[in-house]
Order: sequence, then structure tokens, then C-alpha cells
Amino acid sequence: MEGELVQPAPEETPRDANPANVGLELFGYVGIEAVLDQMRIKTMKTGFEFNLMVVGQSGLGKSTMVNTLFKSKVSRKPTGPGYEERIPKTVQLQSITHVIEEKGVKMKLTVTDTPGFGDQINNENCWDPIIKYINEQYEKYLREEILISRKRKIPDTRVHSCVYFVPPTGHWLRPLDLEFMRRLSKIVNMVPVIAKADTLTLEERAEFKKRVRGLGRESVYPQEDFDDNSDDRILNNKIRDKIPFAVVGADKEHQVNGKRILGRKTKWGIIEVENPAHCEFPLLRDLLIRSHLQDLKDITHNVHYESYRMQRLNESNRLALSPINGLLGKDEVESDL
Amino acid sequence: MPRRQGGSEMRVALQIHMPPSSALQDDKEYVGFATLPNQVHRKSVKKGFDFTLMVAGESGLGKSTLVNSLFLTDMYRDRKLLNAEERITQTVEITKHVVDIEEKGVKLRLTIVDTPGFGEAVNNTECWKPVADYIDQQFEQYFRDESGLNRKNIQDNRVHCCLYFISPFGHGLRPLDVEFMRALHQRVNIVPILAKADTLMPSEVERKKSKIREEIEHYGIRIYQFPECDSDEDEDFKLQDQALKESIPFAVIGSNMVVEAKGRRVRGRLYPWGIVEVENPAHCDFVKLRTMLVKTHMQDLKDVTRETHYENYRAQCIQSMTRMVVKERNRNKLTRESGTDFPIPAIPAVPDSETEKLIREKDKEVSARAGAWVSCQGLHQSHSRMWEAWLELRAALSPTPACSCAGLWSPRSPWQHRQPAAGPDTLPAWRISTSIPLEELTESSSIHSAKLSSALWPPAATTPPWVSLSQNWASGSFPPQELAAPFEGRVCSVHGANWPISLPLLALTHPEADVVSTLPGPVQD
Repeated sequence: MEGELVQPAPEETPRDANPANVGLELFGYVGIEAVLDQMRIKTMKTGFEFNLMVVGQSGLGKSTMVNTLFKSKVSRKPTGPGYEERIPKTVQLQSITHVIEEKGVKMKLTVTDTPGFGDQINNENCWDPIIKYINEQYEKYLREEILISRKRKIPDTRVHSCVYFVPPTGHWLRPLDLEFMRRLSKIVNMVPVIAKADTLTLEERAEFKKRVRGLGRESVYPQEDFDDNSDDRILNNKIRDKIPFAVVGADKEHQVNGKRILGRKTKWGIIEVENPAHCEFPLLRDLLIRSHLQDLKDITHNVHYESYRMQRLNESNRLALSPINGLLGKDEVESDL
Repeated sequence: MPRRQGGSEMRVALQIHMPPSSALQDDKEYVGFATLPNQVHRKSVKKGFDFTLMVAGESGLGKSTLVNSLFLTDMYRDRKLLNAEERITQTVEITKHVVDIEEKGVKLRLTIVDTPGFGEAVNNTECWKPVADYIDQQFEQYFRDESGLNRKNIQDNRVHCCLYFISPFGHGLRPLDVEFMRALHQRVNIVPILAKADTLMPSEVERKKSKIREEIEHYGIRIYQFPECDSDEDEDFKLQDQALKESIPFAVIGSNMVVEAKGRRVRGRLYPWGIVEVENPAHCDFVKLRTMLVKTHMQDLKDVTRETHYENYRAQCIQSMTRMVVKERNRNKLTRESGTDFPIPAIPAVPDSETEKLIREKDKEVSARAGAWVSCQGLHQSHSRMWEAWLELRAALSPTPACSCAGLWSPRSPWQHRQPAAGPDTLPAWRISTSIPLEELTESSSIHSAKLSSALWPPAATTPPWVSLSQNWASGSFPPQELAAPFEGRVCSVHGANWPISLPLLALTHPEADVVSTLPGPVQD
């Protein structure tokens, strides 16, 4: 409360009734802004964590997209010619963790892939393993948080964002897509994208988006309820107008006009991945990494995790368990995951 | 003087004015049936062709667009796409669009069968069943029409070709694709298609095609095979054919729109990064598919449907009907009017008086042929009479014990002999059974149990037993004469006694009898 330390000269501050509510002008350099530098140095030392989950049918380019996003071979799949793709019989969850560094900032990136989703003939409840996994991560964090002597930095494995790949049929969302998005947008930040969007011409893309957009507008990220102020709202509205993004992934470089560009080379032209006229990959990348990464983490922590925590503690209160004692034995708690 | 015209004109063998001698020489060797193809051609042009094409695959793979591009028509003008809420409860439907196309005087009646809702739901188990049922229905309809009395205007709705769209987004075939193709490859010609091929780079296209071909082989799916070229075709054709075979599955792109590219108007898709031309063979296999489907292999597809798939269906149908009729017969009393030798599917049309007369005449003829055929009940009566006569004869014969096993064996194991409990007055089990009505006989009596009757009487593989029997009887010679020979002088291996008298009854009752057919009995499947 700087206002109390520095007494303003009466002629400089024409204020209203309550001095505590009004920001006070400083007449000298205090050095408050240096706190930003301190934060920056600190976070650079500790690094960021980011957990991403990619969900979609096999062959929609999920691994390629992740590689393109982080411009490195993050994903588990080698893209060599002799590689055999096997569709697993049930949905499996595979996580890979990498530490990426850029300009001194370290990021611990965990990508969770879900092979086998939506590939079977009978896809009922294929989202159950995914929901279970997400809740398990929340549970882990909850347990750490409830302990009496907690770690200084609780390892955060909670899924911060789930990118859902919609196949570019050009007609409508399939029932499977709808069901999945409805269920999961309640527990995690859901970012739907139109995969392999080079299938659609621009008109088809616009048509598809129009049809798809009406559904679940409130639930996909960025959620309307969590806009902090009007600036945020304007920005997020712009983003919401474009959801779902029509993306194309590529991890090979080609020569275009003397520059090396990431793209796909076909007989009728080169699709440039980072060209906003060709596809919306730059928008996705900005959303996930450049502008909203911290926001994603905050919402996961403040909204989704809190609702999970509330639910769990309500349940365990019925079991006469006090969170203060931290007596959470493994056998006592029955998680309804 | 009749002039010699071009090759398409028919040369009349009989000339009105005698031509000069050299032409006469030619005509001597020239019969003129080389023009038959032309006659066929003219007739079929007049009649017109019909072709039924089925398109199947998940929604959104460009099936409708492709059909429109192939035949350059707009078949789906009034189509409404359901929104997502409605689609949650949608089931697979079969829709049919019929279009009459004419080109250079040749008429084609094209039927497109579509399968909206296929593979759409969350649970897609057995979603191919409506499709398979539809194809079977068309076969059944044709079968009925073909077996009917009036065959002039049969409408051929059988599905000649099924284009199955494989999604380019997967890695090869999905489980649903495999199941669908496996369910349908025996019923229809399947041509696999890699849809929306403009998603793929050339290397990816190659990789996916070889992967799909491998998987098709691995799962034993029999897709439509192109017929082999004759050896006398020219090299060009052979190369073309070879290229065609190696392009399966066809990677196609469809488009309803014409775009402007480098000053020419082409059918294609306009992207920010370039234009995809549908009819450019370097861009996709659309031209190959169209050539195959319409120009070169349409007749072959129809032939394979007719000769292979339909015949398979028909054979299966008849077999199952045969089995059903046999079962039916064995349950009911066999009477003279109990049907002809081979079952015909029920004729739904009302026969007119002319055909009624015909049927009645045929009936009389049939029963006259089977003159000696009496009902089974009567047969048993006559046999019981014969048995009694034989018993008397046996008693009157030499004291050496006849083969005491005749007619006596435990119901449980037909080959087990048991000593008669009380001498020759004990009625053999067979004898007892004649008082039981025939219906109960088949069910409860184990003497006519399946094993026994089939062991005694292995039915011939191809002709039903009653047919051969009626022939025997019709020829007038009752089996005893034929059976006498095998048994004379034979010694019963079980009891060491001489076979006293050979009678068909003994043949029926003794385990060593290897008589082929004496009595009509219940045939168990």
C-alpha cells in the first residue's frame, strides 16, 4: 500500500472521498516494476511446466501437429517409411516428457497421446480412459496438496489443455465428437481443431465452421465465463470467432522463394503451414503457446482443479475425513473416477 | 448391283445380281456370321443398358461429389444434410436414385444406391447389415422373377458394383472397413477407393495404397479382379491394363465445380496454394476410375455379378430350401401330392387357367411315374406281413439256429446284439415299431435313428434319396431281386451261422448289411 507511505502533496492530488480506493500517483521512481524482472528471473530458473493432451482418430496428424507446434521431434512416432502403424484395441494413453529450452527459458513439456480413440467399430465409452486419466492427475495433485508437510513445488501433471482433432468431413460434427467434447469440456480446457484442413477449400472451411460453431460455444476454451475484463473479452471474442482452427501440420521443410518453409508439397502447390492465408496453424500456436499458455494453466488450476477438489472433499467429508489431518489413506478413499 | 460397303454393313450372302466371278469366289467362302456382333450391338442400343452402382463409406468422404463428377449429372440436388443432433439417432438407410443418361444414341439407366448413416454412430456394430440385406433382397427378387412363369420383363436391380470409400486420414484400413468388405465381398464386386486424395502428397498416396493392398490380402478380402488380357491384345492395352491393376485402390478427387486455371476451364478444386484438376491423370486416378467403370469394364462387372455372385446366392438359396423342404416333409405325412422332386420358390403371381391345366397335367404324369410308390404307412404294413412270413419260414427250416441276431438289438447301440429273452416268439424291435404311427416313429424310435439309417443307407450325395427310390420302383423291379446276390453264401460273422434267407428285411436288420437303399427312411441332416 504505497499510498500510506508516501504522503501526497495536497495540490498534486485532487482526489475524491476515499483515498484508499484510488490509485495514487507517484512523484518519483520507486522501482515497483522491478518486481517483474524478479519474477522473470525466478521463473527462468525454475522453468515452466505444460501438459498437453492430443485426442483424435488415428491418422489425423496429431503427432505431426505436436512436432510442428514445438518445432522439434517431440512426438513418439518416427515418421520413417518402414514404420508399422497398429491400431490398438482399446484406448491407451501414452505420455512423453521433454524439456525444451528457448532463450534461457526452460519448459517441461508433457504430451499425452491417445491412440485407439474412435478407431474401433464400437466406440462407446472410448472416452472413459481419458476422463479417468485426467481425474487421476487431479487426484495426484490433491493428495500432494493435502499433506501436512507439502513440497515446495508440487509436481504438476494435470492436463492443461486438450486439443481435439475433428476430421474434416465438411458436413457436421459426428456424434462421437459431440459426445466427447461435451463430457470433457467440463473437466479440462478443450481446444477443438479441424485436422488436415488442406482437404477443404476456403468456402468449404467457412461452411463447416459455421455449422460446427453453434455447438458448445460456452464450453470450449477460451470460456466466456472466465474473461477477466473487457480487453480480454475482445481478444477472446476474436479467438472464439475462429474456433475451431483449421490446421495443417508439417514437419518437412521446402524451399519457397528462397526461404526454407515448413510445408507440404503436393503436385499442385506447396501448402505453407505458417502462412495465415493457407491455414490457421499460427493462430493455434499463438493460442497455445505465445499468448494463452499461462491462462490455460491458471484456468486449469483455478477452475477445473477446484471443482474437482470440491467434489472430492464433499465425498470424503461424508466419510468423516478431515482434510486438516491429512489422513488420506489409499484404502479409505474410493475414487469414483 | 449390290456394292460392297464399309465393314459395318451387312453383306447379304444371297445376291440378286450375279457379281463378277472374283466376287463370287469370295462369297463362296464367306458365310456372314462375322456381322453378329453388329447385330447384337444394334439390338442392345435399342434396348438400352442398365447399371446399378452402390457407393458406401463414411459420411463426408465425397461420395456424392464423386458420383456427380463421374456421370456429369447432379443427382443430389435436393439432399438435406441432417444436423448433428438428428444424426445421433440415425440408423443406416439405403437410398436409391435413378437417372436416365443418353450419349450418342446409347441409353443408360443408372441406379445409384447410397448408404447414408453408415459408420456414423458411436457404436457401429453390424452397420453393414442393412447393406448386405439390401443386396440379398435384390438377388432374391431376381431369383423369384427368374423362376416365375412370366419372364419377359425382368427388371435387373442387382447391384453390379460397390465403390467403397476408404478414408485417407487413417493408416490403411480401419476395423470397420475390414468388417464391411468381409461381409460383402461374396455378394458384390467391391472396388476400393481412396477418397479425398488431395489431402495426400504423392509419397503418402503410394504408401497408403500399398498398405491398403497388403491389408486387403492379409484379411482375405476378395475385391473385384480385372480380367486378364488376352495374349493377342496389343502392347498398349496390356500396359494400360497393368497400370490399372496397380492403381487399386483408386485415389480420387471429385468436384462439382468448374474453375478457371491458366486460361482454361477445368473441373477442379480451388485452393489458396493451387488448383487441383480432377481430370488430370497426374493429380489423381479419377480418369482411370471412370474409364474402368464406364468405358472398359462395365460389361464385365455385370457379367461377374450375374455369373459369380448371383449364382452363389442362388445355389445357397436352393440348398437351404432343399433342406427346409426335407425337414418339412419328414414332419408331415408323405402323400402322393407332396410335391415334385425339386423345390421351386413360391410363385407369387396368380397362375392363369392355361398354366393351371399345365400344372395338373404335370402332376398326373409325375404320379403315374411313381406308380409303385405307396405311402410309407402302407410300406410298413407290407413289410410287417413279410416279416411274419419269414418268421414262419425260419421256424419251418432246419434246426440249426439261424442268425439269432435278426432284428434284435438294443435300442441304445444298434450294433449290440442281445439274445432274445424268450425265444422266437419275442417280437423283434422292428416289428413292434410298426404299430407306432409314423410321426412318432421318427422322433422316439431309435431304430430309425439317424445313425442307423444313414449307416445302412448312405444317401447319395447329389440326388435326394426319394428320387432314386422312385426310379427303382418305377422300373418295376422290386429290390429283392437285386439284393439276393450279395447275401447268398455269406456267413454271419457275429454268430457264425449261415445267412438263411436273404430278404430285404434281414438286410435292414443286420448290422453287416451294406445295402444301399431299401426303404425310404427319415433323413437326418
